[in-house]
Amino acid sequence: MKLSTNPFVLLGLVVLAVLFGRVIPAWTLSLATVAASKALVALGIVVLARTGNVSFGQGLFFAAGGYGVALIANEWGLTDAVAQVLIGAVCGGLLGLVIGPLIARYTGIFFGMLTLALSMVLYGALVKTTVLGGSDGFNVGRPTLFGAVFNDPREADFMLYAVSVVATGLAGVFATILFKSQFGLTSLAVRENNLRVEYLGTSANRIVSINFMIAAVFAGASGALSLMAQRHIDPEFAYWTTSGDFVFIAVLAGSQSVAAVFVAALALELVRSFSNLYLPNTWQLVLGLFLLAVILFLPRGIGSLWAGRRRKVSEPPAEPAAAGKGAAS
Amino acid sequence: MTPVLSVRGLQKRFGAVVAADNVSIDIPASQKLCLIGANGAGKTTFVNMVTGYLKPDSGAIELDGSPIGRRSPRDVARLGISRSFQIPQLFIELTAAENLTVAVSSAEGGRLSATASADSGDRRDKAVALLDRFGLAGHADRPVAELAGGVRKLVDIAMALARRPKLLLLDEPTSGVSAEEKFATMDRVIHAVSEEAATIVFVEHDMDIVSKYADRVVAFYNGRILADGEPSIVLKDNEVRRYVTGGAR
Amino acid sequence: MNLLLTIILDGLIQASWLFIVALGLTLVFGVLKILNIAHGGFYALGAYLAATAVTIAAAHQVPPGVGFVLMLLAVAAIAATVGLLMERGLIKLFYGRDEVVLLLVTYAVFLVLEDVTKLIWGVNPIYANQPYELFGNVEFAGLFYVGYDLMLIPLSAAIGLGVWFVLNRTTTGKIVSAVIHNAEMSASMGVKINQVYALAFAFGVMLAALAGGLTAPKISVQPGLSSEIIILSFAIVVIGGLGSVEGAAVGAILVGMARAASVHLLPQAELFVIYLIMAAVLMFKPEGLFRRETARRI
Repeated sequence: MKLSTNPFVLLGLVVLAVLFGRVIPAWTLSLATVAASKALVALGIVVLARTGNVSFGQGLFFAAGGYGVALIANEWGLTDAVAQVLIGAVCGGLLGLVIGPLIARYTGIFFGMLTLALSMVLYGALVKTTVLGGSDGFNVGRPTLFGAVFNDPREADFMLYAVSVVATGLAGVFATILFKSQFGLTSLAVRENNLRVEYLGTSANRIVSINFMIAAVFAGASGALSLMAQRHIDPEFAYWTTSGDFVFIAVLAGSQSVAAVFVAALALELVRSFSNLYLPNTWQLVLGLFLLAVILFLPRGIGSLWAGRRRKVSEPPAEPAAAGKGAAS
Repeated sequence: MTPVLSVRGLQKRFGAVVAADNVSIDIPASQKLCLIGANGAGKTTFVNMVTGYLKPDSGAIELDGSPIGRRSPRDVARLGISRSFQIPQLFIELTAAENLTVAVSSAEGGRLSATASADSGDRRDKAVALLDRFGLAGHADRPVAELAGGVRKLVDIAMALARRPKLLLLDEPTSGVSAEEKFATMDRVIHAVSEEAATIVFVEHDMDIVSKYADRVVAFYNGRILADGEPSIVLKDNEVRRYVTGGAR
Repeated sequence: MNLLLTIILDGLIQASWLFIVALGLTLVFGVLKILNIAHGGFYALGAYLAATAVTIAAAHQVPPGVGFVLMLLAVAAIAATVGLLMERGLIKLFYGRDEVVLLLVTYAVFLVLEDVTKLIWGVNPIYANQPYELFGNVEFAGLFYVGYDLMLIPLSAAIGLGVWFVLNRTTTGKIVSAVIHNAEMSASMGVKINQVYALAFAFGVMLAALAGGLTAPKISVQPGLSSEIIILSFAIVVIGGLGSVEGAAVGAILVGMARAASVHLLPQAELFVIYLIMAAVLMFKPEGLFRRETARRI
């Protein structure tokens, strides 16, 4: 198996990344934490995009995960970080399981619009729900890890960083394996020609639903991560611009490489931080221009820089007479 | 013996256009049946209805005695009818082997593994074997987008074989192939398919191909069947010559 | 009874300016097949331009009525120009690419416009209320309505009818209709597609800006306008059917009424009812109420 996709090598990289967090300065740590959690949602979008459907409403699951965990944390005092991530994932997944089959039939911008509409329905409902704090949302306490409490802010930040990197890293390893699997191949086939997939006897809708659920799980888990980082939840988690942010990263990354998603998320957070620091009120301008540049010059996203064309063209062998000459038309 | 496919009284209109007018055909096992007719005569509509893509306005379709007229293309494929397309319907960005692997994975039903690699293993081997039957094993790892039209046609047909169908429908298998190569291509197709001893229905415009490969010919015109029988008889029929093949006195 | 009347009138007033925005969006989609996220940015641009124009007019002591008309003209002219530049200079580069790509391009422009307006006009709210008093107050069934608001109803109806008339009864309009139905065919028949695209886009975003200019006197002009309006106009256009003028009108009335009704009857429902309708339409009649298009797989 290739080194770059060997799961053990990748897991090793995750461990390295966590350890690296020990030596980087505080501002880089929090930047990387934010980037990791956004990358997680974007990764889900990429997984789904490989079936040809782009979701503009991942905020739905992001918020569902966040609110679900926040309510459970406050109601039952569950503060363990790992448990929270898992609960977020489950919340997202359950919702994805229900919604997926309903919308898997749609394609193109209709699919996009539908996901957008559903996320805005949640947003609208949350804003007006006073028991959940309405548009202000509400706060949650500090997360713990396996019983350990983190009072030192530096330690608390590192714990959050570690949990985020591990969660996102595991998702990345899973996605890498998925992309090369038979299920992954059939998902690509759905994108290429869903009619043929049906004619071959497989339900394209089912394939889309499953990928959709995976994206929902990732987004829900990320909602939990963001909740832990901000210690606050509000309806903004479901707003369309939040969803747009995640799509941005996915587009920047392209749909061929998991690593590209992390690179893209990190790059965007860096751009955002620096422009906020030096030129306030310009980070959207910079991002917008950046997006245009990528669409123009790297239409397949950052990942295309190293993933390249799907296959190198090899020397065509001597062809049998019929196929060879018949192919001349 | 129940015919493999039994079609009774199929009707289909699109507004003022009659695409199928009381079409009835019984196809016995292992027969090689050819559909002929001018463009718009109803051949492709027939194929679309048999494969579930279109629902007939009325009439019955039975596969091995079981009704399938209301089923989806997916169900029809699972029940044993596969088709190839006039314009090859392929997964353009994937390689030839990957196209066939998807077909084979689908044919084997069951779960699509989320962990087992698509590049290796049982299904990939079967995919390459299928390509080999058409002499295309050398193209296995080339993206389909780079393959020439005639080769794509064969890949398209190979995919339809993955399910070892009871009934194989080939929509103009030699269209887009140069005149000199038509026989060779058709030979290759028939040879590749013969291992299955499947029943084949193919749509053709080249009457030489029809004469050589068909056991039986059905001629369509305006959605209606003009003639149905042995090639030597049907092709000499006056109405068929007038409306389909040309050259009527 | 009073309540019903209030709701209906409020609903129609809302529907009026929503219709103008939605009309622009649906026309751009109909002709260019682009769902223009930056449309919201043009609305905001129009509002900001209007605010500035009003301030300038007041400083030069131009009579309010004249100032109002000049403001609208200025907004329309500037927006149309910017729109033209955007279409010819940027959007054109991506024609032929996937519809999602074009969507992302307009999203990028939306982001750029957001910050450009912040850089030019700052982040604090701006007010330009003088024109709001132009038409005085009207008493209607025991309630007072601002004349300006009521004026919006016939104005937007006139714009709607005007566009409908041009599309269906004039040669230019029929050419544009032909492009809406089948751009390829029209091009092969000699229609200068590029010109039609440029015209339609400029006109569409001009309408958005005009709506922004018309609502500026009623609101506080501040960042965030564009993201709110774009999602609302998307809902309207989806409900009515992408590319349909009648659909935009019906959608706008539906959404306007829904908003007015929920504000008065069930404030909690206000926001999500609209998106629920949008989702429902997408699920059961994805083409919208007035259009045919395939949205689903088999």
